[in-house]
Amino acid sequence: MDCEKAYHRMYHYLDGELTVWRRWVITRHLDRCPPCAGGYDFEIELRQVIASRCRDQVPPDLRRRVADALGLPADEEH
Amino acid sequence: MADQAQFAELAMSYMDALYSAALRMTRNPADAEDLVQETYLRAYRGFGGFKEGTNLKAWLYKILTNTFINSYRAKKRRPEETDLDDTEDFYLYRRLGGLEAAAADKTPETEVLESIPEAVVKEALEALPEQFRMAVMLADVEGFSYKEIADITDVPIGTVMSRLHRGRKQLQQRLWQFADERGLLPEPATAGGS
Repeated sequence: MDCEKAYHRMYHYLDGELTVWRRWVITRHLDRCPPCAGGYDFEIELRQVIASRCRDQVPPDLRRRVADALGLPADEEH
Repeated sequence: MADQAQFAELAMSYMDALYSAALRMTRNPADAEDLVQETYLRAYRGFGGFKEGTNLKAWLYKILTNTFINSYRAKKRRPEETDLDDTEDFYLYRRLGGLEAAAADKTPETEVLESIPEAVVKEALEALPEQFRMAVMLADVEGFSYKEIADITDVPIGTVMSRLHRGRKQLQQRLWQFADERGLLPEPATAGGS
């Protein structure tokens, strides 16, 4: 495993879409290569930042309208 | 099969997530509200087509996506989207000095990440061409698998992977660009040397 390959497979690795064997090969490379490990950690952090910043709350009015349309109690909290 | 009322109640628990996705798709709160409402009405009417034991959230996202693409998007004028050229690996990490920092056993680049405000992240995601934006949102915000995204967006898994790859790279370029425009980036160590 070299750095180029480790990068090439990074998204598959982070997405949990690799076989156990391929994961292991990458994990072993990361243990030995601080720059790649730093890059991977950064991507994980970035993903958390993106996910946490893209959460919006439904306006109460919309929730009420949809609940009404679906015949649910109007003021139910979720 | 659950009855329609049980189904509706369960579906309501995904509303914040669907509304967030609708905002990223339409880039407009009023349109996002309409899209979500339409999605729930369609889901409610079509709940007989939902197989119990399968992923309700993914099913709702598929309806959301189809509604957006088929009946909604066609009516609207699209804000301009620009496809960016492919970049080098670890685009953002490199620019934030991560590789040098890793060699020196420091991690200042994650502090910069943490300081990026919500508005910049949303703006960067919404600037991506639609197909990339959908893939990145479904994977990185909602955590769907490649197979689920393929099903939701109705394309082969290979297409999902390539959209994700390019979309994520472009997102990093946009984040850099927008953070830079707002003066959020640290002064480069090499700039302005006296």
